[in-house]
Amino acid sequence: MSPLWRPDIPSVPSSEITPEGIYLRRRDFLAGGAAAATGLTFALAGCKPKPIVPTEPALAGVAPGPFGTAEPRTSYKDITTYNNFYELGTDKSDPSANAHRLKTRPWTVAFEGEIAKPQVIDIDALLGRFPLEERVYRLRCVEAWSMVIPWVGFPLGPLIKQLQPTSRAKYVAFTTKLAPDEMPGQRTGALEWPYVEGLRMDEALHPLTILAVGMYGRVMPNQDGAPIRLVVPWKYGFKSIKSIVRVRFVETEPPTSWNRQAPNEYGFYSNVNPEVDHPRWSQANERRIGELRRRQTLAFNGYGKEVAGLYAGMDLRKSF
Amino acid sequence: MAKPKHLGSRLAKLAIGVLALVPAARIGVLALQGDLGANPIADAMNRLGFWTLTLLLVTLSPTPIQIVTGWKWPLRLRRMLGLETFLYVCLHFAVYLGVDQFFDFAAIGKDIVKRKFITVGFAAFLLLIPLAITSTDGMVRRLGFVRWKRLHRLIYLAAALGVVHFVWRVKSDLRQPLIFGAALAILLGIRTLHTLRTLHATRGPTSPRHS
Repeated sequence: MSPLWRPDIPSVPSSEITPEGIYLRRRDFLAGGAAAATGLTFALAGCKPKPIVPTEPALAGVAPGPFGTAEPRTSYKDITTYNNFYELGTDKSDPSANAHRLKTRPWTVAFEGEIAKPQVIDIDALLGRFPLEERVYRLRCVEAWSMVIPWVGFPLGPLIKQLQPTSRAKYVAFTTKLAPDEMPGQRTGALEWPYVEGLRMDEALHPLTILAVGMYGRVMPNQDGAPIRLVVPWKYGFKSIKSIVRVRFVETEPPTSWNRQAPNEYGFYSNVNPEVDHPRWSQANERRIGELRRRQTLAFNGYGKEVAGLYAGMDLRKSF
Repeated sequence: MAKPKHLGSRLAKLAIGVLALVPAARIGVLALQGDLGANPIADAMNRLGFWTLTLLLVTLSPTPIQIVTGWKWPLRLRRMLGLETFLYVCLHFAVYLGVDQFFDFAAIGKDIVKRKFITVGFAAFLLLIPLAITSTDGMVRRLGFVRWKRLHRLIYLAAALGVVHFVWRVKSDLRQPLIFGAALAILLGIRTLHTLRTLHATRGPTSPRHS
C-alpha cells in the first residue's frame, strides 16, 4: 500500500503520450494561452484609458507659498479625473469627460456690492495683479475622501483690501458661471443653478484662503474649476466654489447651494469636523485618495492652529 | 421547480447564468489592473451595488413576463438568478466590510445604526440570506411549498429596501435610483393587477357574495 501522502503514479498508455512535435511546441501553446488570457482581460476591461498627461501650459514665476504640507501629493491624474463638479456631470468621471465644453476665455469676474470700488476685472488682468504662489493644501471632501493638492494662486485678502469693503460688508457671496450650453449638468436639476457659495468676511480675509488659478505649476484644468476658483482648505470641498464669475459683498449670510439642497446635511460653515456626523458619511475618518486604509479626520482639516480662533465662542455642532 | 429538459434550454440557461457573472469578472479585472479610478474601493462598491439591484429586478421579472407574454421558460431561471443576485450582494457587502471599513466592527455598527441608507441596505441584505439558504429542492420539500413561497415573498421587501438604499445614498442626482424604482413599481404593478383580476374572476358571478 502506498502511503497517503504519495499519490499512485498510474502507468500511461502510449496512446496518451503527447507526440514529440507537439511536446516541443508546448511553449507556443502556453504563449498562445497567455495571449488569449490577456486579450480576454482587455476585452473584459474595455479599452485601456489613455494615460493622463498634463496639457495645460505651465505658469511662470510661481513662488513657494506658506502653510504647505509635506505630505505626498495626490497624482495629477487622480486630481483631474475624480471630480465633484456637478455642472459638468454628477459622476466622478463626468467633469474630465465634459471639461472641453467649458469656455474659459473671454472671462471676467464682477466684484460688486458693499465695496468702494465695484469693478469687472478681466481674468488675464486679475492674473497679473498678484504674484502667484504654490499652496500645497489638504482637500477634504464631505464624502469622506481627501487629497493633497499643490494649488497655484494668490490670497484673497489683499484683493479684498484693494476693493475697499464698506462697514456693511459682513459676508462674501461667490457665483459660478451659468452657461447650460457649455455645462451639461446645468441642463439637469441636480442642483439649483448657478452654484453659489459664501464666506464670512473674516474667513475670506484669512491668509489660508486663496483664489486658485492653477495646479501642479500649470494652468487650472477646466474640471478643477478653471479659470479661477476659491480654495478654503479647512472647510469641506464644496465650499471651494469653482469657475467664479461674480464676487458680491453683502451684509447678511448669503445662500449656499448645498445648504439650499439639504439644509440638515450641509451647513453654511461646513468646517471639517470629525465630531459632527453627516447623515450619509461618518466624518470621523476619511480615505486619502491613493491609500488603502482610512485615516483619522482632523478638526478643521488639520488647520485648527490657524483658524480655530475664528470660531471662538461658537457652538460648531449647531453652526455646522 | 421544473428543470430544463432540452439541451437547447439548458444551454440558454447556462449562457444567461454566465452572462450574469460577466460584470463581476469585469470589476475584478479592472480592480487588478488598477483601472477603477482614483477611489477604486468606492467604485467597486458602487458597481457591485448597481449590479445587485439590476439582477434582483431581473430575478423578479419572470412572473410578470409570463403574465404579459405567456412565456414560461424564464420561470426556470429564477433560482439561478436569485443565487447570482445573492453572490453580488455578498461581494458588495464584503468590499464594504473587509476593504472599505477594514473589519472595523465598531464603525460598521455605528454606520448601520446612524446612517439610514446603510440601515435599509443592511436590512435588505439580511432578508436575502434565508432566501439563499432555502433555495434548494430539499428545503422546499422540508418547508412545504406554501410556507416556502410565503417566505420567498421577502424578496419584494428586499428589492424595495434596495431601491430605498440607493435613493438615500445619492446626494442629489436621483435619476438612476428612480429608474430602478420605476422598474420595480412596474414589475410589482403587473403582479398586483394580475392577482386582483384573478381574485375578481374567481369570485365573479359564481361567488355567493355577488349573487
